[in-house]
Amino acid sequence: MIDTLMRRPILTGFVLLALLMTFFASVKIVPETRQGVVVRFGKPDRILNRYQASQPIGGTGAGLALLIPFADDVVWIDKRVRDVDMERQQVLSTDQLRLEVDAFARYRVVDPLRMYIRARSEERVGEALRPILGSELRNELGKRPFADLLSPERQGAMENIRRNLDRIGRQYGVQIIDVRIKRADLPSGTPLESAYERMRTAREQEARSIRASGSRQAQVIRAEADAQAAQTYAASFGKDPSFYDFYRAMQAYDRTFGGKSRPTNVILSPQNQFLREFTQGGGR
Amino acid sequence: MSIFPGWAARGRGLFADNKGPWGPTSSGGTSPPPGGGREEGSEPLRPGPSSPWGSPAPGRGPMSNASITSFDEFLTRSRARFGNGGSGGPRARSFLLWGAAALLVLWFLLTTVHRIAPEERGVVTQFGRYSRTLSPGISLTLPSPLERVQKVDVENIRNIDLGSAAEETLMLTGDQNIIDIAYSVRWNVRDPELYLFELQNPDDTIQQVAESTMRAALSGVTLNQAIGEGRGEIEARVQDTMQRVLDTYRSGVRIQGVAIKQADPPAAVNDAFKAVSASQQAAQSDINQARAYALQLAQLSQGEATAFDKVYEQYRLAPEVTRRRMYYETMERVLQNVDKTIVEAPGVTPYLPLNQTPRPPAAALQEPQAQVGQPQGAGR
Repeated sequence: MIDTLMRRPILTGFVLLALLMTFFASVKIVPETRQGVVVRFGKPDRILNRYQASQPIGGTGAGLALLIPFADDVVWIDKRVRDVDMERQQVLSTDQLRLEVDAFARYRVVDPLRMYIRARSEERVGEALRPILGSELRNELGKRPFADLLSPERQGAMENIRRNLDRIGRQYGVQIIDVRIKRADLPSGTPLESAYERMRTAREQEARSIRASGSRQAQVIRAEADAQAAQTYAASFGKDPSFYDFYRAMQAYDRTFGGKSRPTNVILSPQNQFLREFTQGGGR
Repeated sequence: MSIFPGWAARGRGLFADNKGPWGPTSSGGTSPPPGGGREEGSEPLRPGPSSPWGSPAPGRGPMSNASITSFDEFLTRSRARFGNGGSGGPRARSFLLWGAAALLVLWFLLTTVHRIAPEERGVVTQFGRYSRTLSPGISLTLPSPLERVQKVDVENIRNIDLGSAAEETLMLTGDQNIIDIAYSVRWNVRDPELYLFELQNPDDTIQQVAESTMRAALSGVTLNQAIGEGRGEIEARVQDTMQRVLDTYRSGVRIQGVAIKQADPPAAVNDAFKAVSASQQAAQSDINQARAYALQLAQLSQGEATAFDKVYEQYRLAPEVTRRRMYYETMERVLQNVDKTIVEAPGVTPYLPLNQTPRPPAAALQEPQAQVGQPQGAGR
């Protein structure tokens, strides 16, 4: 036998090649990241490594899979979480304001067979879901006033969108895990400019009010200080108003005439108190 | 790798021995020495039994002959070069076997012994099925086609920068204002097997989730909070939410932190915001000045009041004398520095010029009574 084979190396080669091909056609490695639909003569037969939420990694049947060579064919379908990116959508709120919204959805193929039958490939599922995501988003957000559009998470809008999209996704055998808004911007041009203008005027108002309140506070502080000083003076000087009058007059003279800045001429009458002794000559 | 051309050459030899269209070639085992294949007719060759051409006629076209001989020469030479054409005999064969064995051992070693660096984990898949995760150190696995090891760096904290100082990343805040924000997300891999197997595009996913979460967080605060004191809270909330969302994706990623690098009003309205801070400064300096005035005034008033009190205490003990004394002392101080003119009565020439006044006293003469009135009043 071996001799025959050795003598006919081409035949040997062919046989070996055929064996090898059979082997590779009957044994497939199923990686963790993919699930496979086994198609026997064009008819889906079973599913390899199907996603099961309850199973940990390594427990869903990845590994070696045996197939009937040349009868079975495996269609690979992604098992991982995939992403549908929506192109920017303009959403009109109930109060007629516009917002440009950019959203994405995360999904996972949970029913590879249905997905294979309905869409054939993940890319086509994405293409099918993308416009639906857009319209769901517009519908859901269009029911709300602009102020609510800014935080749709709080109103449960995103959960509604996810549920609606999931209902459609189920038809393709995919589960929508999450829908999130990535960006929500004012459209450029007038809406953006007017928002800027509003911000600017709001700031000007704030600046003015800050300035005014500053000067009000300053005034109050000054007045309080004046009042405090008046109180201090009154408490002290009020003990003897007539002495205060005299005392303060003396201080005033000192300050008025005592300075050396300008020469002062004083013309005194001899009747002056200061000159009393002067004129009376010591007599009383 | 160097063994492969040798095998190829041997294979050629196998196929060429009986079916070669080139007729008798120097096939395996009976290879002539290099150069000997040029004159085919002169060599003792074993003609291929089923060759339809038999031995090539020497009288064929010189062109074809030349090409054949050069090809043959190439074959023989290459065979000689790799030493397995049979010319080397058993020695070359064993050499080849040894080489193959060494290669096999090397292959075996390389694919069974794995060194996992301290910051890495090795995810082992057995025919594609996740089997276990290797900890740092040296670990053994089955050789390559059976088990594969993917090393994942779990300690290295990666950084995603979103938004930059160069271009504006505008977002809407809860009070419908616009903010220009730049932030970064730091993350690392928590579960390498989840990270490898659960997300189609882990890095993109993290970035998108970060953008979405930051937008959501900003839509819950006012612009002033986002610019000012609310930053820390926003960072914490974004980190929290991101972690929760990524966990629902089973991403195996841990968000280490979110840092807002920049949260400014957009450039278009920045001047107005600067005006606000300028007005804050102005208001503050107004208040500061008022406070300084108040402080000064309080000290001054207290000083004056205290001075008065002190004097008054003494005055009360001897009112008349003190009053007189003060009056005279003050007058002394006042009058010693001024030019004095004493007038007896209006219209009368002054008779007591204590020093020669340089000024004509005419102007001062007008109202002598007004000048002297006050001292009189004080002297009551």
